[in-house]
Amino acid sequence: MEAKKTKENWFASFGRSVLAGLKTNGGIIIGLIIICIILGIMTDPFLTIRNFTNIMRQISINVILACGMTMVIILGGIDLSVGSIIAVSGCLCCGLITNMGVPSYAAIPISILAGTLVGIFNGAVISRTTIPPFIVTLAMMNIGRGFARIYTKATTILVDDELFTFIGSGTVLGGIPIHIVYMVIVIAVSALILNRTKLGRNIYAVGDNKQAAAYSGIHAKKVTMTVFVIMGFFAACAGIISSARTFSGQFNVGEGAEMDAISAVVLGGTSMSGGIGHLSGTIIGCVVIGVLNNGMNILGIDSSWQYVVKGIVVLLAVFIDYFKKIRE
Amino acid sequence: MSSLLEMKNISKSFSGNKVLSGVNLLVEEGEVHALLGENGAGKSTLMKILGGIYTKDGGTISIDGEEVQIHSVDDARDKGVSIIHQELMLAEHLTIAENIFMGREIKNKAGIVNLKKQEQIAQGFLDQYEIGLESNLRLDKLTIAKQQMVEIIRAVSFGAKIIVMDEPTSSLSDAEVEILYEMIRVLKKKAVAVIYISHRLNELYDITDRITVLRDGESVGTVVTKETKRQQLISMMVGRDLSSYYTKTDNVVNETVLKVTDLSDGNKVKRVNFDLKKGEILGIAGLVGAGRSETVECLFGLTQKKAGIIEYKGKEVAFKNPREAMAQGFGFVPEDRKQEGLFLQSDVRFNTTINIVERFLKKLLWNRQKENEIVSEKIDDMHIKVTGASQIVSKLSGGNQQKVLIARWLCSTRTVLILDEPTRGVDVKTKAEIYALIDNLAKSGMSIIMVSSELPELINMSDRVMVMCNGYSTGILKRDELSQENIMTLATTEVGA
Ligand SMILES: Nc1ncnc2c1ncn2[C@@H]1O[C@H](COP(=O)(O)OP(=O)(O)OP(=O)(O)O)[C@@H](O)[C@H]1O
Ligand SMILES: [Mg+2]
Repeated sequence: MEAKKTKENWFASFGRSVLAGLKTNGGIIIGLIIICIILGIMTDPFLTIRNFTNIMRQISINVILACGMTMVIILGGIDLSVGSIIAVSGCLCCGLITNMGVPSYAAIPISILAGTLVGIFNGAVISRTTIPPFIVTLAMMNIGRGFARIYTKATTILVDDELFTFIGSGTVLGGIPIHIVYMVIVIAVSALILNRTKLGRNIYAVGDNKQAAAYSGIHAKKVTMTVFVIMGFFAACAGIISSARTFSGQFNVGEGAEMDAISAVVLGGTSMSGGIGHLSGTIIGCVVIGVLNNGMNILGIDSSWQYVVKGIVVLLAVFIDYFKKIRE
Repeated sequence: MSSLLEMKNISKSFSGNKVLSGVNLLVEEGEVHALLGENGAGKSTLMKILGGIYTKDGGTISIDGEEVQIHSVDDARDKGVSIIHQELMLAEHLTIAENIFMGREIKNKAGIVNLKKQEQIAQGFLDQYEIGLESNLRLDKLTIAKQQMVEIIRAVSFGAKIIVMDEPTSSLSDAEVEILYEMIRVLKKKAVAVIYISHRLNELYDITDRITVLRDGESVGTVVTKETKRQQLISMMVGRDLSSYYTKTDNVVNETVLKVTDLSDGNKVKRVNFDLKKGEILGIAGLVGAGRSETVECLFGLTQKKAGIIEYKGKEVAFKNPREAMAQGFGFVPEDRKQEGLFLQSDVRFNTTINIVERFLKKLLWNRQKENEIVSEKIDDMHIKVTGASQIVSKLSGGNQQKVLIARWLCSTRTVLILDEPTRGVDVKTKAEIYALIDNLAKSGMSIIMVSSELPELINMSDRVMVMCNGYSTGILKRDELSQENIMTLATTEVGA
């Protein structure tokens, strides 16, 4: 026993997680590579470092949302309110800074808290009642969007603030876009929660079989609450970043963001009925959506057609998954 | 004359893992034919192939001497094959008639379902099989046994010639088993063949004509039930003789761990009294519906007591939820492994270690090696038949799922372990293993409460047996008083009625 006691090395362990991730997501990775090759051949600017950083910047918001959404969906839930949370926190922050003269270092945490409150409300209702998450968060989606509209009087609040600008488009460590830093942090936090904590195990357990979870002494209410609060917090942060990127609070910011996030999660192989899923898949899902958006923009494809293509890709992925399961 | 059903040389693999190879099965008209074999021998898989749920890799199936291709459940039904699964497939909120006609409703020209007509026809079937039920009753008003009848009637109404019953008695009381037998006898008279899967050898002697034994995915042979001894069956099944079946040593220490006085949950549990000593195995007996499971669920904090006192290690306790009970050293293997026990989409590893994750998930580190060691030790100890720790639990055979569930609670030391029907769906060899395990746990000082519907198991394994009837504990029998008659007498003693 003692001889075998090689202390688990943090990085080796991380490497193994990544490898396992690659293995479980083989199909979609191949799909991604094919898309990249096609786009690389069809367009010149696609396969450039510059475009790569571009894509990373473009997908950052979706990655943040999709990480939270992965936990929500593995738990067996869904959160439609994340796009509206973006608007709530983003607009509130801009309003506080521009209209009320609150310094940005105070306005930002206040707005994040406000956005998180939506998540707390979602979690409180969903964990304490049997009302479906779909309904609760659908209502909150409308309420949140409505408030953002009322608060901004359906206009755009412009912001001129140094910290805010830095959050939206700064670089760190000699040129790394700050968005990449956000992504790395959110992915790391989510991966740790899902794979290295009791909470993570419990999320899978509750999503797989709620009753069995209760019989195993798992506090399903607390787990549900925590997950929706994390989701709310992530979305609120995404709201600040989104607004900071455009230096403005617009009431329609983040519209449809929930759908992109859900698509990424589904593309990544997470089961909508809960209990099964991997964060690695979600991240690749985000990249697929990002690459498609970016490539179609470069190709100059009309935005209406872009929706169609993205829809088809999601359908395709689910169909492939479905037939794979049937064959088994 | 050719047999009604002839399955020849059937083989099947799941992702490279051979589950059936060259299995033969011959079933005659009007015969009750048992399939016997250890957990994971391939019984359910063979029947799922017959029922169109899985497709075979090789071999042939003939019905009435004619080779048939069965690709789907509908195909199977067309050919006269119906399966009664262990988990009933009925809709609880519909009536008996609606369930019987589910998927092929009788409609008028406007496409509206003719409920009256359906009820009439359904009633016809119910009467024909002498089941005293009204066809417009909602299903959730029926006991499991009655629901099973409805499922069988449904099969008959499809014109089934071959009805497969996969462990039909595992959630039935003795009286209900009798009713099922009666039904099977009627089916026999109507020349329907019944393929009957059960791990209870007694039942095979009660009702079956012939037995086909499977071992590790191969057919060992077919024997005539009347001419075959138990020992012979067991050695065909296990491949060797099984020397000791029950392992029971006296481990009771005179130290009361748990004392329950006048316990009531305001519902099914009305007044229950018992105490539990250290190292003791206390059986709980009673008919289905006597409130046995409800009693232990109340102890474990799944429901709240309304009245009475639970004293644990000399102090009064009232667990508000299983978490509190577990923190105090209680463990609970629930009755319904699929609903209450297992995380079916997750793997064996996850299911085994869910209660002890803090042992290898520490400080954001995941000590996989430690987790794997714990899991493989349990897989070895309990002889769980899996392809590996990463196998998804829903892909395991029923008995092996049960072992995983028990293994979960053996990962940590418990003071009181509650087992609700611990050997349900488990083969004889595994049963013997589980009995030895339970005895060992008691030896190590654990106190065990075992709810069971199998009287031989209670009689042979318990130090004492508490008997319940209609929510009341009607008596506690000491080891030397344990007998089927004594238990049954108490189980039918109405209190305060
Ligand atoms: N869908 C599946 N995918 C992979 N393996 C499977 C699947 N279904 C069954 N198996 C494997 O096939 C073997 C036989 O299983 P089966 O359910 O037929 O056993 P059984 O004889 O009915 O056992 P039990 O008495 O425990 O119910 C088992 O080892 C099981 O793990
Ligand atoms: Mg089986």
